[in-house]
Amino acid sequence: MQKTTTNVVECRSVKKTFGTGPSEVQALRGIDISVQGGEVMMFVGPSGCGKTTLISVIAGVLDATDGECRVFGESMQEMSNDQRTRYRGKNIGFVFQQFNLIPSLTLKENVAIPLLINGMSYNQAVARGEETLGRVGLLDRANDRPTQLSGGQQQRVAIARAIVHSPRLVVCDEPTSALDHTTGQHIVELLREVAAGDGRALIVVTHDSRIFQYADRIARMDDGRIQSIYDSFQEMADAERVLQ
Amino acid sequence: MGETGKYLGIVAGVMFASLLIIQQLSTLIGILTQTYSGITAVHADIWVMDAKVKSIDESKPMTDGQLGRVRSVEGVAWAVPLYKGSISARLENGDTVVATLYGLDDTTFIGGPAQMVQGSLADLRNSDSVIVDEMSAMDRLAHVAADGTRLPLKLGDTLELNDHRVRVVGLCKVGRGFQSLAVVYTTYNRALSIAPTQRKNLSYILAAAQGGKTPEEVAGKIARVTGLGAYSSQQFIDKTLHYFLTETSIVINFGLSVVVAFLVGTLIAGQTFYNFTMDNLRHFGALKAMGANDRMILSMILLQAGLVGFLGYGLGTGLACLAGLAGQDSVITFSLPWYVLLGAGLAVVGISGISALLSLRKVIKLEPGVVFRG
Repeated sequence: MQKTTTNVVECRSVKKTFGTGPSEVQALRGIDISVQGGEVMMFVGPSGCGKTTLISVIAGVLDATDGECRVFGESMQEMSNDQRTRYRGKNIGFVFQQFNLIPSLTLKENVAIPLLINGMSYNQAVARGEETLGRVGLLDRANDRPTQLSGGQQQRVAIARAIVHSPRLVVCDEPTSALDHTTGQHIVELLREVAAGDGRALIVVTHDSRIFQYADRIARMDDGRIQSIYDSFQEMADAERVLQ
Repeated sequence: MGETGKYLGIVAGVMFASLLIIQQLSTLIGILTQTYSGITAVHADIWVMDAKVKSIDESKPMTDGQLGRVRSVEGVAWAVPLYKGSISARLENGDTVVATLYGLDDTTFIGGPAQMVQGSLADLRNSDSVIVDEMSAMDRLAHVAADGTRLPLKLGDTLELNDHRVRVVGLCKVGRGFQSLAVVYTTYNRALSIAPTQRKNLSYILAAAQGGKTPEEVAGKIARVTGLGAYSSQQFIDKTLHYFLTETSIVINFGLSVVVAFLVGTLIAGQTFYNFTMDNLRHFGALKAMGANDRMILSMILLQAGLVGFLGYGLGTGLACLAGLAGQDSVITFSLPWYVLLGAGLAVVGISGISALLSLRKVIKLEPGVVFRG
């Protein structure tokens, strides 16, 4: 994957606290990280370490309590709610753990949702949705409904939905956790192929060590902090073997 | 967002609310229409009565001399007497049926039924003759054979009204009255001979205005000159309606049914809509994360609420109309004017709106980040 020197994401001293007083939880305790164009970045670590909170802040669906996170040089926290929603809709694609496909819509309509949100006409959006389904190998299922598909196929539809509007950043939350090993690997290969490159970046939050090999960099998190950043799965494996 | 069962549940909630609201209001309107059917059936310009009369069903007899006083009022083209009273009709098997007896002006038969089914009004000139309403002839006044079958009253059959034997010479159609009593027409003088003797017998005076004068003007003049109550047909209808609306519990009873229908509809539709939204919160969260703003989400929810409201209203109205048609020839009253449809439509807008609002607050406050929390 061709990396560029442009920072797609740049987070500085990001902190996030939930609750107050005795029930206060510090989910992020000062995160510094940057993700470059063309890069596949994985955030890994145990449950509750702050991975999901971090991508929520990066994607602009959650405000940081302190610090700053810029996406393509823009701080979404400084934007109004409407501006931020619009910015997210144009620049970020999402792949969720539970796919979140709308069961009453056909696959091509599901894929067309980001385009419809961005104001494209229904016919154009659905045509583009169908075309994007072709990129993930599901053109022949364009008129089916999500419930007619396997988990792996549904995640492929979700990927098509995440990339249909050509966002410059795609964030994925545990994209393989609901899938078997082989399907999970295919999904990440597909994500690498369609979502990263050309100045675009892919951020994946995962527990699934079987897909670490597809990352350009891996950030290991624990207790709301980034413990280490590895340039490859091999480097991480070596480093962690030494620690053990 | 899928889940056909829940969707149909919401539509069903709105449908039953619409059905109940329309059915109850139509029945109420039907009953209220019956309260003044005795006025519309008579086709008189002006009704004159005792000043204390509050409705058509509550005549207070006047002395016969009042007829002459009314005739002498300037602007009155003609005036005729009308007897209206309850009478006991004895059937061949000994059963008694309460009937409303109308006594029409012996010469003109003004105030008689507008539509004859058999015989004619002129047949009332025969001795001991009466005309009865067709529905009662087939049911309440019918002869009951030894084996229990009902044999409809036909021309030439006899009835016993207050110990007076009378002969049926005609059958007519009448608008069903509020009390749904059998209706018997005869001449004024024959009615007085049949009815129990009283000092005063003249129930109403029917009059017409001379050309160039409105019934209201002439009625006002009659009232001023004679001290009696005098009203145009429309004024008398309004007075009768006012009495039933204010002095009886009809409106309260039906109003309560309508309110209950509204509340039950709101509860069913609102609760199901709310559950529906709660079950799909993650989808709304995903849409928000993908860039859908509050306005879009609001439009989606209102569109869904509008759609289920429209479907439920259409189905409810259709069912109410079918129920009305099914009961057309029975004692069930049903009248569906445009304002009932409008009222029910507004109620459905209210039900759908409240249902949507319950969900809307939750969705609008929803953080898109919820979609990443599993």
